[in-house]
Amino acid sequence: MAVTNDDQINAGENYLLKLQGISKTFPGVRALKNVHLEVRKGEVLALLGENGAGKSTLMKILSGAYQRDAGEIFWEGRRIEIDNPKAAQDLGISIIYQEYNLVPQFTIAENVWMGREKFINTSLGLINWQEMYDSTQKLLDELHLDLDPHTPISGLGVAQQQMVEIIKALSQDARLLIMDEPTSALTETEINHLYDTIRSLKSRGVSIIFISHHLDEIFEICDRGTILRDGEFIKTIDLKLSQRDEIIQLMVGRSIDQQYPKIVSQRGEEALKVENLRVPGTTQDVNFTAYTGEVLGIAGLVGSGRTELVRAVFGADKPVHGKVFVFGNEIQIKSPRTAIRAGIGFLPEDRKQQGLVLLLSVLQNVSLASLFKLRGKSGLLRLRAEKEQVENIVSRLRIATPGVNQLVQFLSGGNQQKVVLAKWLASQSRILIFDEPTRGIDVGAKVEVYNLMNQLVESGAAVIMVSSEMPELLGMSDRILVMHAGAIAAEMTRSEATQEKVLAAAMGADKNG
Amino acid sequence: MDKIETTDSLQQKPRVLGMPPGSFVTRFGAIFGLVILMLILSIASPVFFTADNLANISRQATVNAFLAIGLLLAIITAGIDLSVGSILALSMSALALMAIKWNVNPILSVLISLGVGASVGLVNGLLLTKLHLPHPFIATLGTMNIARGIALIITGASPISGFDRAGAGDVLFLGAGSIGPIPVAFIIVVLVYLLFNVILNNTSFGRHVYAVGGNISAARLSGISVDRTLIFVYSISGLMAGLAALMLAGRTNSGYPNAGTGAELDAIAAVIIGGASFSGGSGTIWGTAIGVILIAVLRNGLVLLQVPVEWQTVAIGVVIVVAVYVDVIRLRSRK
Repeated sequence: MAVTNDDQINAGENYLLKLQGISKTFPGVRALKNVHLEVRKGEVLALLGENGAGKSTLMKILSGAYQRDAGEIFWEGRRIEIDNPKAAQDLGISIIYQEYNLVPQFTIAENVWMGREKFINTSLGLINWQEMYDSTQKLLDELHLDLDPHTPISGLGVAQQQMVEIIKALSQDARLLIMDEPTSALTETEINHLYDTIRSLKSRGVSIIFISHHLDEIFEICDRGTILRDGEFIKTIDLKLSQRDEIIQLMVGRSIDQQYPKIVSQRGEEALKVENLRVPGTTQDVNFTAYTGEVLGIAGLVGSGRTELVRAVFGADKPVHGKVFVFGNEIQIKSPRTAIRAGIGFLPEDRKQQGLVLLLSVLQNVSLASLFKLRGKSGLLRLRAEKEQVENIVSRLRIATPGVNQLVQFLSGGNQQKVVLAKWLASQSRILIFDEPTRGIDVGAKVEVYNLMNQLVESGAAVIMVSSEMPELLGMSDRILVMHAGAIAAEMTRSEATQEKVLAAAMGADKNG
Repeated sequence: MDKIETTDSLQQKPRVLGMPPGSFVTRFGAIFGLVILMLILSIASPVFFTADNLANISRQATVNAFLAIGLLLAIITAGIDLSVGSILALSMSALALMAIKWNVNPILSVLISLGVGASVGLVNGLLLTKLHLPHPFIATLGTMNIARGIALIITGASPISGFDRAGAGDVLFLGAGSIGPIPVAFIIVVLVYLLFNVILNNTSFGRHVYAVGGNISAARLSGISVDRTLIFVYSISGLMAGLAALMLAGRTNSGYPNAGTGAELDAIAAVIIGGASFSGGSGTIWGTAIGVILIAVLRNGLVLLQVPVEWQTVAIGVVIVVAVYVDVIRLRSRK
């Protein structure tokens, strides 16, 4: 499928899909402006851009959910319209969303053929189960997936569910698969497996549009990349001939000298001491100490127990064994309430599901964990003091919101993360636990989050950061704990840590020789 | 128009308190519908806009007004309380049994009957949080039947009447008395609504209620005791049903085990017309007040216009569907 010099040819045949001059305006917002995009047969094209760059709008136009205002769409050289989702499906365009559309109680085959059941006798509506299961098995075999079509979806992991979505798309003769952040919930091994699947899809001539925030993944699996910024087409590049920095610069429109603006400050007193903490079934006895004035990174593969460990310290999950000392005083780890009152704040990995009440305002979210401090003598909340305090924090963190009464659901991912942080500043936490602090946040906002970490540390707080992003850990931590199989496998300082060392410890290399 | 203005001014506050801007529109929509309905009725019936009739409406709305508070709290927490109608019957039966049959001190009888209501509510809360029944629909469906059954058992399935004859005439004051032209029950409703306006907007418990309904995990991770909040909510709902029982007992001078059959549905309707969402996290006492008034005015108006009872029921159904549909359109247009 290797095609060379076709940039000049411009003949429709090598392109499966070609978009020219696509524009889309919503009331008050120019979502897309004169966007060009070409997908070759059997290629993986990365769609790159920060949040709000227009990637999802473009996807929705391709899936028939939105109609463009201007521009032309070509499919194998023919000019076409995508008026509705059905039209997209008929062409062979399938989208694998971040949230899967599967019925948990149904089997793999039932999900694959849902709504398009095969019949023995159409007029009687008798379903031909045999054929449905056989054809599903055939597709699974073709992609070398070791799954039984009779397994219910509820018995599958995230990665396997994703494979079911892919199979489903193939069963509809998909020729263009659009994958939106397909790796966000996958482990290292699962991601590699996904790459294998993508490669076998390529060899079948299926084209893929791959949307991801992770440049490593883009370089690993994609052939070319189309970059959007603020709804505008910037450039399509050959990834084999491009550098990371160049791409980031094209994405953000400015050069980021430093992605990790680390400021090393003075390590202070002991803030958190964990002794023999054990989460039954997940971690072994774990001991560690965090100090004020430092960022303590916690590394580890998915399943190593790093999230469970910090959640346990916060009292989020019961039951746990062991002791936790906050500034020298032992606290009972019973519930988040105890932890919060001792001065611990926790920014969970899934902001929307666990960090925020999206239906409530910025104000209500920020003061949620500190209402007990806002109660006056009468037992009523001191609303004026509350508003003042929240407005202060909102401006200190530079949360972009029209006002403190704005509903949190209307803020961007980066600003939502700041609201979660604001909640813990309001409760005067001095120990802040970040679980995946920059997941789903665009490049610009990431730097802001890092700067806030710097400020926190400088002002005498202790920051604990669980992350699966190696550059982030290496870039921002003063000290790194590496977890493997529920235990701390290694501890290293900022100067000692390298990507190789951390990864080796995380994979348990020491023990396996 | 007195009634609306009262509720309006008491609700000026939460708007500035960081309530969702969208719900302002919802409130506005419901009150707009109410005003139009009242205008039409004032023109169509000469009796409608008289002090007597308005007092009458307020008396008839009393029971629903109390039950709706409980339902509002339950619905904000993404729950439901189906048992309020039966709790009403049980509290009322207990009150009549004690005050009339057993000659228990009237004040003590009142306190115990309120306690009965709150206790059944407490049981609902405990079933939900401690036995981990999957949804309050189930817990309260159970207690709905249990409370109704006990009410039938303790009364021998027949009404007990005559508080006045038993020397407990004081009990009637709350439900049947009036101060000047204003029914005492109405005054109590207004006071309780004012109180709940403060509870929902100016106390941490109120915030917890919204947070638990909006996102139970985020609430828990913010240090909120979810169980305690829910137990409180259902206890309050039971207590409100007990208050409703007191009002109804006063108005009817009796206690009967079939009281409040299906009343939970009117209360749910009022809360939903008032803009609360079944998925939790939203709803206001102000909206609920409008919902309660709307249903009462509609019932009353249809009676005045001599519309048969059967058609009144149809009309209420239509109003529920229309009110919620308006809300759906509003939410869709905001996307």
